Amino acid sequence: MKSTALFWKDWQSELRTRYAINALGMFIIVTISVIMFSIGGEKITNYLTGGLLWIVIFFSAMSGLSRSFVSEEERGTTMTLHLIASPTTIFSGKLIFNLVLVFLMNAVITFLFSILFVSFEIKNYLLFVIAFFLGNTGIAVSSTIIAAIISKANSKGTLYPVLAFPILLPLILTLLELTRSAMDGNPVADSAVEISVLVCYDVIMLTASYLLFDFIWKE
Amino acid sequence: MSTTTEYSVELKGLVKYFGRRLIFEDLNYKFASGSIYGVSGPNGSGKSTLVKIISNLIAPTRGKVIQLSGNKEIEPEKLHDFTGFVSPYLFLYDEFTAEENLIHFTAIRGDKYNQEKADFLFSELNLLDRKRDPVRGYSSGMKQRLKYIFALIHNPRLLILDEPTSNLDNSGKEKVYSLIADQMKENLVIIASSDNPDLALCSAVLQLENYKKRVPL
Repeated sequence: MKSTALFWKDWQSELRTRYAINALGMFIIVTISVIMFSIGGEKITNYLTGGLLWIVIFFSAMSGLSRSFVSEEERGTTMTLHLIASPTTIFSGKLIFNLVLVFLMNAVITFLFSILFVSFEIKNYLLFVIAFFLGNTGIAVSSTIIAAIISKANSKGTLYPVLAFPILLPLILTLLELTRSAMDGNPVADSAVEISVLVCYDVIMLTASYLLFDFIWKE
Repeated sequence: MSTTTEYSVELKGLVKYFGRRLIFEDLNYKFASGSIYGVSGPNGSGKSTLVKIISNLIAPTRGKVIQLSGNKEIEPEKLHDFTGFVSPYLFLYDEFTAEENLIHFTAIRGDKYNQEKADFLFSELNLLDRKRDPVRGYSSGMKQRLKYIFALIHNPRLLILDEPTSNLDNSGKEKVYSLIADQMKENLVIIASSDNPDLALCSAVLQLENYKKRVPL
């Protein structure tokens, strides 16, 4: 309940300040436009479209999800949070916020891809939904803990992609493989290994984040 | 939260370094409820650092802070429920109104918002008619008074005031002094300040310059 109250505070704050929503919205529009202009009238393969989808998602996550902790640090309200809640509550609240944001953002990106790119054709929807759900969870968890780490650093903008790349790379590679299978219409059972990798990634990141957050949060 | 039990804070062999710079060392002291304590010293002596350590905002390099409610030691992760903190470097959310700030903070603490208590505090600190205004429109003195409401809304047992009268005019200072005197009756109040009028309220003053002996590492 305490973490949902923190999520609700962040959500209301976001609706008023639009720290993350504006950054994400602009990033999505600009990237998809650039992709469309650079493709022009060329026909691209469905595999390439699937790859582009996760590239846009990866960079959008980097542009917007770090705001959860950075905005608190910039406004000087980090100490206020310290004084009202335990580290577990704070991490959970921020994670719920990033989960909501990442699911909304990726739903919009996927929707735009499906209407703008003819080659973005999913044949096994169930497999794509599984990849989408597990992938978004992994992105949200990783982004939240990375955001907590970089919020304490001076060069936040540079550090976020540097830390995010090695942490998110195995996730993105697995998601690319699953998206390819979903586009080919392969049965879910054929992708059991990739799905297991995603589940393990999410569980490991979630556990490690909760264990480490105490040390990151306290100066 | 019951206010009948004694509340105490014990500093045991506290040492704090920032990098290689020694702030204080071998700090042993006991604060107990029913009194106002001062923490004093020149600029850079570690007043703010000490109150941040007591509030569990930063960790000491060595040593321990033990907080007891009666005979029961309070777990570090629950300290925020017992502590009220006011300082010039504490910020509330500018985009929310004063009342919204308090409603959110109360919900995050897992408590029920007490409208009556909040209105009493708003009234005491002359902010009742401005409670529905966004904090970004507040003057620095109003923000400082709002921090007192933030610190007191959850009935803390330990009230930590770092430079308690900064940004306040004379009437604000009087109001704050009377609030502090009220709090002292059942709770523990620690004031970190180098201003004599603030320290005049205290029954004992901890001089931090006495705990800076060793040559830095």
